[in-house]
Amino acid sequence: MPGTTESNRIIVTVIGADRVGIIAGVSAVLADAGANIVDISQTTLREFFTMILMADMSQASVSFDELKRRLATKGEEMGVRIDAQHEDVFKYMHRV
Amino acid sequence: MAVPYSPQEIVETIRMVQMENLDIRTITMGVSLRDCAHQDLETAAQKAYDKICRLAGRLVAVGDEIEREYGIPIVNKRISVTPVALIGEASGAAPDRYVRFAEYLDRAAGEVGVNFLGGYSALVHKGATPGDRALIASIPEALAVTERVCASVNVGTTRAGINMDAVADMGRVVTEAARLTADRDGIGCAKLVAFCNAVDDNPFMAGAFHGIGEPDCVVNVGVSGPGVVMNVVQQVPDAPFGELAAAIKNTAFKITRMGELVGRAASRKLGVPFGIVDLSLAPTPAYGDSVARILEAMGLERVGAHGSTAALALLNDAVKKGGAMASGYVGGLSGAFIPVSEDAGMIEAASMGAITFDKLEAMTAVCSVGLDMIAVPGDTPAETIAAVIADEAAIGMINRKTTAVRLVPAPGKGVGDFVEFGGLLGRAPVMALNPHSSAAFVRRGGRIPAPLQALNN
Repeated sequence: MPGTTESNRIIVTVIGADRVGIIAGVSAVLADAGANIVDISQTTLREFFTMILMADMSQASVSFDELKRRLATKGEEMGVRIDAQHEDVFKYMHRV
Repeated sequence: MAVPYSPQEIVETIRMVQMENLDIRTITMGVSLRDCAHQDLETAAQKAYDKICRLAGRLVAVGDEIEREYGIPIVNKRISVTPVALIGEASGAAPDRYVRFAEYLDRAAGEVGVNFLGGYSALVHKGATPGDRALIASIPEALAVTERVCASVNVGTTRAGINMDAVADMGRVVTEAARLTADRDGIGCAKLVAFCNAVDDNPFMAGAFHGIGEPDCVVNVGVSGPGVVMNVVQQVPDAPFGELAAAIKNTAFKITRMGELVGRAASRKLGVPFGIVDLSLAPTPAYGDSVARILEAMGLERVGAHGSTAALALLNDAVKKGGAMASGYVGGLSGAFIPVSEDAGMIEAASMGAITFDKLEAMTAVCSVGLDMIAVPGDTPAETIAAVIADEAAIGMINRKTTAVRLVPAPGKGVGDFVEFGGLLGRAPVMALNPHSSAAFVRRGGRIPAPLQALNN
Protein backbone atom coordinates (compact mmCIF):
# COMPACT_ATOMS: atom_id res chain seq x y z
CA MET A 1 0.00 0.00 0.00
CA PRO A 2 1.21 3.51 -0.69
CA GLY A 3 0.95 4.18 3.01
CA THR A 4 4.02 6.40 3.32
CA THR A 5 2.80 8.91 0.74
CA GLU A 6 0.64 11.93 1.22
CA SER A 7 -2.69 10.32 0.35
CA ASN A 8 -3.94 6.80 -0.09
CA ARG A 9 -6.00 7.55 -3.14
CA ILE A 10 -5.45 6.07 -6.54
CA ILE A 11 -6.81 6.96 -9.96
CA VAL A 12 -7.94 4.06 -12.11
CA THR A 13 -8.37 4.74 -15.82
CA VAL A 14 -10.15 2.43 -18.23
CA ILE A 15 -9.72 3.17 -21.93
CA GLY A 16 -11.21 1.15 -24.78
CA ALA A 17 -14.38 0.33 -26.66
CA ASP A 18 -17.54 0.65 -24.54
CA ARG A 19 -19.32 -2.56 -23.65
CA VAL A 20 -21.62 -4.00 -21.04
CA GLY A 21 -20.10 -4.82 -17.68
CA ILE A 22 -16.97 -2.66 -17.60
CA ILE A 23 -17.94 -0.75 -14.47
CA ALA A 24 -19.14 -3.95 -12.79
CA GLY A 25 -15.91 -5.76 -13.66
CA VAL A 26 -13.63 -3.01 -12.38
CA SER A 27 -15.61 -2.39 -9.22
CA ALA A 28 -15.61 -6.09 -8.40
CA VAL A 29 -11.79 -6.14 -8.53
CA LEU A 30 -11.62 -3.07 -6.29
CA ALA A 31 -14.19 -4.43 -3.83
CA ASP A 32 -12.27 -7.71 -3.55
CA ALA A 33 -9.16 -5.73 -2.73
CA GLY A 34 -10.92 -3.65 -0.09
CA ALA A 35 -10.41 -0.43 -2.07
CA ASN A 36 -13.27 2.00 -1.57
CA ILE A 37 -14.54 3.75 -4.69
CA VAL A 38 -14.76 7.48 -4.02
CA ASP A 39 -16.00 8.66 -7.40
CA ILE A 40 -16.57 7.46 -10.94
CA SER A 41 -16.88 9.51 -14.08
CA GLN A 42 -17.01 8.50 -17.69
CA THR A 43 -16.54 10.34 -20.90
CA THR A 44 -15.51 9.83 -24.48
CA LEU A 45 -12.08 11.20 -25.33
CA ARG A 46 -11.48 11.23 -29.05
CA GLU A 47 -13.32 8.06 -30.05
CA PHE A 48 -12.49 6.08 -26.93
CA PHE A 49 -14.65 5.30 -23.97
CA THR A 50 -12.81 6.52 -20.91
CA MET A 51 -13.81 5.73 -17.37
CA ILE A 52 -12.02 7.42 -14.53
CA LEU A 53 -12.40 6.19 -11.05
CA MET A 54 -10.89 7.39 -7.80
CA ALA A 55 -10.48 4.89 -4.99
CA ASP A 56 -9.22 5.02 -1.43
CA MET A 57 -6.67 2.38 -0.52
CA SER A 58 -6.43 3.10 3.20
CA GLN A 59 -8.50 0.02 4.14
CA ALA A 60 -7.18 -2.13 1.29
CA SER A 61 -6.31 -5.74 1.99
CA VAL A 62 -3.80 -6.06 -0.87
CA SER A 63 -0.80 -4.03 -1.97
CA PHE A 64 -1.05 -1.43 -4.73
CA ASP A 65 1.20 -3.63 -6.85
CA GLU A 66 -1.12 -6.58 -6.48
CA LEU A 67 -4.18 -4.46 -7.23
CA LYS A 68 -2.56 -3.14 -10.41
CA ARG A 69 -1.81 -6.68 -11.49
CA ARG A 70 -5.41 -7.77 -10.90
CA LEU A 71 -6.77 -4.75 -12.76
CA ALA A 72 -4.49 -5.40 -15.72
CA THR A 73 -5.67 -9.03 -15.87
CA LYS A 74 -9.29 -7.90 -15.73
CA GLY A 75 -8.60 -5.39 -18.51
CA GLU A 76 -7.21 -8.11 -20.74
CA GLU A 77 -10.32 -10.21 -20.11
CA MET A 78 -12.61 -7.34 -21.09
CA GLY A 79 -10.49 -6.10 -23.99
CA VAL A 80 -9.83 -2.67 -22.47
CA ARG A 81 -6.76 -1.02 -21.05
CA ILE A 82 -6.77 -0.39 -17.31
CA ASP A 83 -4.16 1.79 -15.61
CA ALA A 84 -3.89 2.62 -11.95
CA GLN A 85 -1.68 5.35 -10.58
CA HIS A 86 -1.23 7.04 -7.29
CA GLU A 87 -3.15 10.31 -7.01
CA ASP A 88 0.04 12.24 -6.15
CA VAL A 89 1.23 11.82 -9.73
CA PHE A 90 -1.71 13.86 -11.04
CA LYS A 91 -1.65 16.29 -8.13
CA TYR A 92 2.00 17.13 -8.76
CA MET A 93 1.70 17.40 -12.49
CA HIS A 94 -1.50 19.41 -12.76
CA ARG A 95 -1.84 21.38 -9.52
CA VAL A 96 0.60 23.81 -7.98
CA MET B 1 -16.12 13.57 -3.55
CA ALA B 2 -15.49 14.20 -7.22
CA VAL B 3 -12.25 13.30 -8.99
CA PRO B 4 -10.33 16.58 -8.74
CA TYR B 5 -8.67 16.19 -12.16
CA SER B 6 -10.19 16.48 -15.60
CA PRO B 7 -10.17 13.44 -17.88
CA GLN B 8 -7.89 15.38 -20.23
CA GLU B 9 -5.35 15.91 -17.46
CA ILE B 10 -5.41 12.27 -16.46
CA VAL B 11 -5.09 11.00 -20.00
CA GLU B 12 -2.29 13.51 -20.70
CA THR B 13 -0.24 12.12 -17.83
CA ILE B 14 -0.81 8.54 -18.88
CA ARG B 15 0.12 9.37 -22.47
CA MET B 16 3.35 11.08 -21.43
CA VAL B 17 4.52 8.03 -19.53
CA GLN B 18 3.29 5.29 -21.84
CA MET B 19 3.74 6.74 -25.29
CA GLU B 20 6.22 9.58 -25.06
CA ASN B 21 8.96 8.06 -22.89
CA LEU B 22 8.56 10.42 -19.94
CA ASP B 23 10.83 8.94 -17.36
CA ILE B 24 12.91 9.72 -14.37
CA ARG B 25 16.29 9.25 -15.97
CA THR B 26 18.18 8.89 -12.75
CA ILE B 27 18.04 9.04 -9.00
CA THR B 28 21.61 9.85 -8.07
CA MET B 29 22.80 9.63 -4.49
CA GLY B 30 25.67 11.97 -3.70
CA VAL B 31 28.03 10.57 -1.08
CA SER B 32 30.81 12.58 0.54
CA LEU B 33 34.05 10.64 0.90
CA ARG B 34 35.79 13.40 2.80
CA ASP B 35 35.81 11.34 6.00
CA CYS B 36 37.50 8.48 4.13
CA ALA B 37 40.89 10.14 3.50
CA HIS B 38 43.79 8.14 4.93
CA GLN B 39 47.58 8.00 4.65
CA ASP B 40 47.22 4.57 3.16
CA LEU B 41 45.23 4.79 -0.07
CA GLU B 42 43.97 1.22 0.13
CA THR B 43 42.55 1.91 3.61
CA ALA B 44 40.88 5.04 2.23
CA ALA B 45 39.42 2.98 -0.62
CA GLN B 46 38.11 0.39 1.83
CA LYS B 47 36.49 3.14 3.90
CA ALA B 48 34.90 4.59 0.75
CA TYR B 49 33.62 1.15 -0.21
CA ASP B 50 32.09 0.63 3.23
CA LYS B 51 30.46 4.04 3.29
CA ILE B 52 28.95 3.72 -0.18
CA CYS B 53 27.56 0.27 0.59
CA ARG B 54 26.12 1.52 3.88
CA LEU B 55 24.46 4.68 2.55
CA ALA B 56 23.38 3.44 -0.88
CA GLY B 57 22.47 -0.11 0.12
CA ARG B 58 18.74 0.59 -0.27
CA LEU B 59 18.98 3.02 -3.22
CA VAL B 60 18.00 0.54 -5.92
CA ALA B 61 15.20 -1.03 -3.87
CA VAL B 62 13.75 2.39 -3.04
CA GLY B 63 13.96 3.44 -6.69
CA ASP B 64 12.08 0.31 -7.73
CA GLU B 65 9.51 0.88 -5.01
CA ILE B 66 8.84 4.46 -6.18
CA GLU B 67 8.59 3.25 -9.76
CA ARG B 68 5.91 0.76 -8.79
CA GLU B 69 4.06 3.17 -6.54
CA TYR B 70 3.79 6.01 -9.04
CA GLY B 71 3.93 4.09 -12.28
CA ILE B 72 6.75 6.27 -13.65
CA PRO B 73 9.81 4.45 -14.98
CA ILE B 74 12.99 5.21 -13.07
CA VAL B 75 15.62 4.22 -15.58
CA ASN B 76 18.85 4.49 -13.57
CA LYS B 77 20.01 4.62 -10.01
CA ARG B 78 23.48 6.06 -9.66
CA ILE B 79 26.03 7.34 -7.20
CA SER B 80 28.27 10.37 -7.23
CA VAL B 81 31.18 10.79 -4.82
CA THR B 82 33.57 13.52 -3.73
CA PRO B 83 36.25 14.04 -6.39
CA VAL B 84 38.61 11.19 -5.59
CA ALA B 85 41.72 13.34 -6.05
CA LEU B 86 40.73 15.22 -2.88
CA ILE B 87 40.49 11.98 -0.91
CA GLY B 88 43.61 10.36 -2.33
CA GLU B 89 45.85 13.38 -1.79
CA ALA B 90 46.71 12.52 1.83
CA SER B 91 48.26 9.22 0.77
CA GLY B 92 50.84 10.65 -1.60
CA ALA B 93 50.29 7.49 -3.64
CA ALA B 94 51.45 6.87 -7.21
CA PRO B 95 48.95 6.65 -10.12
CA ASP B 96 48.88 2.85 -10.19
CA ARG B 97 47.65 2.85 -6.58
CA TYR B 98 44.79 5.17 -7.58
CA VAL B 99 43.60 2.53 -10.01
CA ARG B 100 43.05 0.30 -6.98
CA PHE B 101 40.78 3.01 -5.55
CA ALA B 102 38.76 2.94 -8.78
CA GLU B 103 38.43 -0.84 -8.44
CA TYR B 104 37.02 -0.46 -4.93
CA LEU B 105 34.50 2.09 -6.23
CA ASP B 106 33.56 -0.25 -9.07
CA ARG B 107 32.96 -3.07 -6.62
CA ALA B 108 30.87 -0.81 -4.37
CA ALA B 109 28.73 0.24 -7.35
CA GLY B 110 28.28 -3.41 -8.31
CA GLU B 111 27.48 -4.37 -4.72
CA VAL B 112 24.63 -1.84 -4.39
CA GLY B 113 23.43 -2.52 -7.95
CA VAL B 114 23.95 0.85 -9.69
CA ASN B 115 25.16 0.99 -13.30
CA PHE B 116 27.44 4.04 -12.96
CA LEU B 117 29.35 5.79 -10.22
CA GLY B 118 30.78 9.24 -10.94
CA GLY B 119 33.45 11.19 -9.14
CA TYR B 120 36.76 9.70 -10.20
CA SER B 121 37.55 13.33 -10.65
CA ALA B 122 39.91 16.22 -10.13
CA LEU B 123 39.22 19.96 -10.00
CA VAL B 124 42.26 21.62 -11.53
CA HIS B 125 40.89 24.80 -13.11
CA LYS B 126 43.60 26.96 -11.55
CA GLY B 127 46.31 24.40 -11.00
CA ALA B 128 46.99 20.80 -10.03
CA THR B 129 48.32 19.33 -6.78
CA PRO B 130 50.42 16.12 -6.74
CA GLY B 131 47.24 14.19 -5.86
CA ASP B 132 45.38 15.71 -8.80
CA ARG B 133 48.23 14.80 -11.15
CA ALA B 134 48.37 11.22 -9.88
CA LEU B 135 44.63 10.79 -10.32
CA ILE B 136 44.58 12.29 -13.81
CA ALA B 137 47.48 10.06 -14.86
CA SER B 138 45.60 7.03 -13.58
CA ILE B 139 42.34 7.76 -15.45
CA PRO B 140 42.97 5.77 -18.67
CA GLU B 141 43.82 2.57 -16.83
CA ALA B 142 41.10 3.12 -14.22
CA LEU B 143 38.49 3.38 -16.98
CA ALA B 144 39.89 0.34 -18.78
CA VAL B 145 39.85 -1.99 -15.77
CA THR B 146 36.52 -0.88 -14.29
CA GLU B 147 33.05 -1.07 -15.72
CA ARG B 148 30.98 1.46 -13.81
CA VAL B 149 33.37 4.19 -12.71
CA CYS B 150 33.12 7.55 -14.50
CA ALA B 151 35.87 10.16 -14.50
CA SER B 152 35.80 13.90 -14.99
CA VAL B 153 38.28 16.75 -14.78
CA ASN B 154 37.37 20.41 -14.42
CA VAL B 155 39.94 22.33 -16.46
CA GLY B 156 38.53 25.83 -16.32
CA THR B 157 36.09 28.25 -14.71
CA THR B 158 34.89 31.73 -15.48
CA ARG B 159 36.58 32.99 -12.32
CA ALA B 160 39.89 31.15 -12.71
CA GLY B 161 40.40 30.97 -16.45
CA ILE B 162 41.56 27.81 -18.23
CA ASN B 163 44.38 25.62 -16.99
CA MET B 164 46.02 24.84 -20.32
CA ASP B 165 48.49 22.40 -18.75
CA ALA B 166 45.51 20.34 -17.61
CA VAL B 167 43.92 20.73 -21.04
CA ALA B 168 47.07 19.35 -22.67
CA ASP B 169 47.08 16.48 -20.16
CA MET B 170 43.46 15.70 -20.97
CA GLY B 171 44.28 15.46 -24.67
CA ARG B 172 46.73 12.69 -23.80
CA VAL B 173 44.39 11.09 -21.23
CA VAL B 174 41.54 10.84 -23.76
CA THR B 175 43.87 9.39 -26.39
CA GLU B 176 45.27 6.85 -23.94
CA ALA B 177 41.80 5.90 -22.61
CA ALA B 178 40.78 5.09 -26.19
CA ARG B 179 43.94 3.06 -26.77
CA LEU B 180 43.46 0.97 -23.62
CA THR B 181 39.87 0.15 -24.61
CA ALA B 182 40.57 -0.25 -28.34
CA ASP B 183 38.93 -3.69 -28.35
CA ARG B 184 35.63 -2.02 -27.41
CA ASP B 185 35.71 0.96 -29.82
CA GLY B 186 37.36 3.16 -27.19
CA ILE B 187 34.47 2.94 -24.73
CA GLY B 188 36.71 4.20 -21.91
CA CYS B 189 36.28 7.69 -23.40
CA ALA B 190 32.48 7.44 -23.02
CA LYS B 191 33.09 7.49 -19.26
CA LEU B 192 35.37 10.54 -19.30
CA VAL B 193 34.42 14.23 -19.34
CA ALA B 194 36.53 17.38 -19.44
CA PHE B 195 34.57 20.28 -17.94
CA CYS B 196 34.63 24.03 -17.71
CA ASN B 197 32.46 25.41 -14.88
CA ALA B 198 31.51 21.91 -13.65
CA VAL B 199 28.54 21.86 -11.27
CA ASP B 200 28.50 20.25 -7.83
CA ASP B 201 25.08 18.60 -8.01
CA ASN B 202 24.78 17.17 -11.51
CA PRO B 203 22.96 13.82 -11.33
CA PHE B 204 23.77 12.83 -14.94
CA MET B 205 26.68 10.64 -15.99
CA ALA B 206 29.43 10.58 -16.97
CA GLY B 207 30.08 13.99 -15.39
CA ALA B 208 28.46 13.57 -11.97
CA PHE B 209 30.50 14.16 -8.82
CA HIS B 210 29.56 15.16 -5.29
CA GLY B 211 30.80 18.73 -4.90
CA ILE B 212 32.78 19.99 -1.95
CA GLY B 213 29.99 22.28 -0.66
CA GLU B 214 27.51 19.43 -0.53
CA PRO B 215 26.21 17.65 2.60
CA ASP B 216 27.39 14.20 3.69
CA CYS B 217 24.71 12.49 1.63
CA VAL B 218 22.05 13.85 -0.73
CA VAL B 219 19.57 12.65 -3.32
CA ASN B 220 19.42 14.40 -6.71
CA VAL B 221 16.97 13.55 -9.44
CA GLY B 222 17.45 13.82 -13.21
CA VAL B 223 14.28 13.98 -15.29
CA SER B 224 14.12 13.55 -19.01
CA GLY B 225 11.44 13.50 -21.68
CA PRO B 226 12.44 14.65 -25.18
CA GLY B 227 9.48 12.66 -26.55
CA VAL B 228 6.98 14.63 -24.49
CA VAL B 229 8.45 17.93 -25.67
CA MET B 230 8.53 16.78 -29.29
CA ASN B 231 4.85 15.92 -29.07
CA VAL B 232 3.87 19.44 -27.93
CA VAL B 233 6.08 21.01 -30.57
CA GLN B 234 4.34 18.90 -33.21
CA GLN B 235 0.98 20.09 -31.90
CA VAL B 236 1.78 23.73 -32.74
CA PRO B 237 3.28 23.41 -36.24
CA ASP B 238 2.58 26.96 -37.39
CA ALA B 239 2.67 28.81 -34.08
CA PRO B 240 4.90 31.88 -33.77
CA PHE B 241 7.91 31.55 -31.48
CA GLY B 242 6.32 33.05 -28.37
CA GLU B 243 3.59 30.44 -28.48
CA LEU B 244 6.08 27.67 -29.23
CA ALA B 245 8.23 28.68 -26.26
CA ALA B 246 5.16 28.81 -24.00
CA ALA B 247 4.09 25.33 -25.06
CA ILE B 248 7.55 23.91 -24.27
CA LYS B 249 7.68 25.78 -20.97
CA ASN B 250 4.33 24.39 -19.83
CA THR B 251 5.41 20.87 -20.65
CA ALA B 252 8.79 21.30 -18.98
CA PHE B 253 6.91 22.40 -15.88
CA LYS B 254 4.83 19.23 -15.83
CA ILE B 255 7.80 16.95 -16.41
CA THR B 256 9.80 18.61 -13.66
CA ARG B 257 6.93 18.20 -11.22
CA MET B 258 7.36 14.44 -11.62
CA GLY B 259 10.99 14.84 -10.65
CA GLU B 260 9.98 16.84 -7.61
CA LEU B 261 7.50 14.13 -6.59
CA VAL B 262 10.04 11.35 -7.03
CA GLY B 263 12.85 13.30 -5.37
CA ARG B 264 10.77 14.00 -2.28
CA ALA B 265 9.64 10.39 -2.08
CA ALA B 266 13.20 9.10 -2.46
CA SER B 267 14.46 11.54 0.15
CA ARG B 268 11.78 10.49 2.64
CA LYS B 269 12.21 6.77 2.06
CA LEU B 270 16.01 6.89 2.23
CA GLY B 271 16.15 9.36 5.11
CA VAL B 272 18.55 11.52 3.09
CA PRO B 273 18.14 15.22 2.24
CA PHE B 274 16.68 16.10 -1.14
CA GLY B 275 19.16 18.06 -3.22
CA ILE B 276 17.90 19.18 -6.61
CA VAL B 277 15.83 18.27 -9.63
CA ASP B 278 17.69 18.51 -12.90
CA LEU B 279 15.40 18.66 -15.91
CA SER B 280 17.65 17.82 -18.80
CA LEU B 281 16.27 16.65 -22.09
CA ALA B 282 18.61 13.69 -22.32
CA PRO B 283 18.07 11.70 -25.49
CA THR B 284 18.43 7.95 -25.82
CA PRO B 285 18.77 5.96 -29.03
CA ALA B 286 15.15 4.79 -28.54
CA TYR B 287 12.55 5.86 -31.09
CA GLY B 288 10.89 9.15 -30.14
CA ASP B 289 13.47 10.02 -27.47
CA SER B 290 15.50 12.47 -29.53
CA VAL B 291 16.41 16.13 -29.01
CA ALA B 292 17.37 16.44 -32.69
CA ARG B 293 13.80 15.54 -33.64
CA ILE B 294 12.46 18.38 -31.47
CA LEU B 295 14.58 20.87 -33.40
CA GLU B 296 13.41 19.31 -36.65
CA ALA B 297 9.79 19.52 -35.49
CA MET B 298 10.33 23.26 -35.09
CA GLY B 299 10.76 23.48 -38.85
CA LEU B 300 14.32 22.47 -39.70
CA GLU B 301 14.70 19.90 -42.46
CA ARG B 302 17.58 18.34 -40.54
CA VAL B 303 19.31 19.19 -37.33
CA GLY B 304 22.48 21.02 -38.34
CA ALA B 305 20.68 23.24 -40.85
CA HIS B 306 21.08 26.98 -40.36
CA GLY B 307 18.68 27.95 -37.60
CA SER B 308 19.65 24.95 -35.43
CA THR B 309 21.51 27.13 -32.91
CA ALA B 310 18.54 29.49 -32.58
CA ALA B 311 16.12 26.57 -32.24
CA LEU B 312 18.28 24.99 -29.54
CA ALA B 313 18.61 28.30 -27.69
CA LEU B 314 14.83 28.63 -27.56
CA LEU B 315 14.41 25.03 -26.46
CA ASN B 316 17.06 25.18 -23.76
CA ASP B 317 15.74 28.41 -22.29
CA ALA B 318 12.09 27.33 -22.34
CA VAL B 319 13.01 24.08 -20.59
CA LYS B 320 14.89 26.01 -17.89
CA LYS B 321 12.04 28.47 -17.37
CA GLY B 322 9.43 25.74 -17.02
CA GLY B 323 11.67 23.69 -14.77
CA ALA B 324 12.59 26.60 -12.51
CA MET B 325 8.94 27.22 -11.69
CA ALA B 326 8.17 23.58 -11.01
CA SER B 327 10.67 22.67 -8.35
CA GLY B 328 11.79 24.25 -5.13
CA TYR B 329 15.36 23.36 -5.99
CA VAL B 330 16.32 23.22 -9.61
CA GLY B 331 20.00 22.53 -10.15
CA GLY B 332 22.48 20.38 -11.98
CA LEU B 333 22.77 21.13 -15.67
CA SER B 334 19.08 21.64 -16.56
CA GLY B 335 18.55 22.16 -20.27
CA ALA B 336 18.95 20.13 -23.44
CA PHE B 337 21.77 17.67 -24.09
CA ILE B 338 23.00 17.17 -27.64
CA PRO B 339 25.05 13.97 -27.61
CA VAL B 340 25.53 12.44 -31.02
CA SER B 341 25.72 8.69 -30.38
CA GLU B 342 22.78 8.68 -27.96
CA ASP B 343 20.28 10.45 -30.21
CA ALA B 344 18.73 8.74 -33.25
CA GLY B 345 18.12 12.07 -35.03
CA MET B 346 21.69 13.23 -34.45
CA ILE B 347 23.12 9.92 -35.68
CA GLU B 348 21.09 10.22 -38.85
CA ALA B 349 22.04 13.87 -39.43
CA ALA B 350 25.72 13.18 -38.76
CA SER B 351 25.73 10.15 -41.05
CA MET B 352 24.35 12.14 -43.99
CA GLY B 353 26.59 15.14 -43.31
CA ALA B 354 23.72 17.43 -42.32
CA ILE B 355 25.44 18.27 -39.06
CA THR B 356 29.17 18.84 -38.76
CA PHE B 357 31.55 19.06 -35.84
CA ASP B 358 31.79 22.84 -36.18
CA LYS B 359 28.00 23.26 -36.09
CA LEU B 360 27.86 21.09 -32.98
CA GLU B 361 30.45 23.33 -31.37
CA ALA B 362 28.37 26.41 -32.19
CA MET B 363 25.28 24.75 -30.70
CA THR B 364 27.11 24.04 -27.45
CA ALA B 365 27.24 27.80 -26.84
CA VAL B 366 23.50 27.65 -26.14
CA CYS B 367 22.85 24.05 -25.04
CA SER B 368 23.11 22.84 -21.49
CA VAL B 369 26.52 21.18 -21.71
CA GLY B 370 28.82 20.56 -24.63
CA LEU B 371 30.44 18.37 -27.26
CA ASP B 372 29.09 15.04 -26.19
CA MET B 373 29.63 11.48 -27.36
CA ILE B 374 31.19 12.40 -30.66
CA ALA B 375 33.36 9.82 -32.40
CA VAL B 376 36.41 11.26 -34.13
CA PRO B 377 39.17 9.54 -36.14
CA GLY B 378 41.35 7.19 -34.10
CA ASP B 379 44.55 8.79 -35.34
CA THR B 380 43.61 12.28 -34.09
CA PRO B 381 46.68 13.79 -32.38
CA ALA B 382 46.38 14.33 -28.61
CA GLU B 383 47.10 18.03 -29.19
CA THR B 384 44.05 18.32 -31.44
CA ILE B 385 41.83 16.72 -28.78
CA ALA B 386 43.31 19.15 -26.27
CA ALA B 387 42.59 22.05 -28.60
CA VAL B 388 38.96 20.94 -28.94
CA ILE B 389 38.75 20.91 -25.14
CA ALA B 390 40.31 24.38 -25.01
CA ASP B 391 37.77 25.77 -27.51
CA GLU B 392 34.88 24.29 -25.61
CA ALA B 393 36.20 25.47 -22.25
CA ALA B 394 36.58 28.96 -23.73
CA ILE B 395 32.90 28.96 -24.72
CA GLY B 396 31.96 28.01 -21.17
CA MET B 397 34.37 30.43 -19.53
CA ILE B 398 33.23 33.46 -21.53
CA ASN B 399 29.51 32.63 -21.39
CA ARG B 400 29.53 31.74 -17.67
CA LYS B 401 28.04 28.33 -18.33
CA THR B 402 29.00 24.71 -17.97
CA THR B 403 30.61 23.22 -21.03
CA ALA B 404 32.12 19.79 -21.45
CA VAL B 405 33.84 17.54 -23.93
CA ARG B 406 33.30 13.81 -24.25
CA LEU B 407 35.03 12.72 -27.44
CA VAL B 408 35.82 9.20 -28.51
CA PRO B 409 38.82 8.90 -30.82
CA ALA B 410 37.72 5.57 -32.30
CA PRO B 411 40.75 3.27 -32.48
CA GLY B 412 41.56 2.14 -36.00
CA LYS B 413 38.61 3.99 -37.51
CA GLY B 414 38.29 6.94 -39.85
CA VAL B 415 35.64 9.33 -41.10
CA GLY B 416 32.56 7.44 -42.26
CA ASP B 417 33.17 4.38 -40.08
CA PHE B 418 30.80 3.67 -37.21
CA VAL B 419 31.49 3.00 -33.54
CA GLU B 420 29.06 0.77 -31.69
CA PHE B 421 28.75 1.06 -27.91
CA GLY B 422 25.32 -0.49 -27.53
CA GLY B 423 22.68 0.28 -24.93
CA LEU B 424 22.15 3.88 -23.83
CA LEU B 425 25.53 4.92 -25.26
CA GLY B 426 24.34 4.06 -28.75
CA ARG B 427 26.34 4.24 -31.96
CA ALA B 428 27.97 7.06 -33.90
CA PRO B 429 29.56 7.84 -37.24
CA VAL B 430 33.16 9.02 -36.99
CA MET B 431 33.09 12.77 -37.71
CA ALA B 432 35.82 14.81 -39.33
CA LEU B 433 37.91 17.26 -37.32
CA ASN B 434 39.89 20.13 -38.78
CA PRO B 435 43.09 18.50 -40.11
CA HIS B 436 45.39 21.43 -39.36
CA SER B 437 47.67 21.23 -36.35
CA SER B 438 47.08 22.99 -33.01
CA ALA B 439 50.19 21.45 -31.44
CA ALA B 440 52.28 24.60 -31.04
CA PHE B 441 49.34 26.42 -29.47
CA VAL B 442 48.67 23.66 -26.95
CA ARG B 443 52.38 23.28 -26.09
CA ARG B 444 52.59 26.82 -24.72
CA GLY B 445 51.24 25.62 -21.39
CA GLY B 446 50.27 27.80 -18.44
CA ARG B 447 46.87 29.37 -17.98
CA ILE B 448 44.47 31.37 -20.09
CA PRO B 449 43.65 34.26 -17.74
CA ALA B 450 40.15 34.68 -16.28
CA PRO B 451 38.00 36.93 -18.45
CA LEU B 452 36.63 40.33 -17.57
CA GLN B 453 33.21 40.21 -15.99
CA ALA B 454 32.28 43.62 -17.29
CA LEU B 455 32.32 45.27 -20.74
CA ASN B 456 30.33 42.31 -22.08
CA ASN B 457 29.87 42.44 -25.79
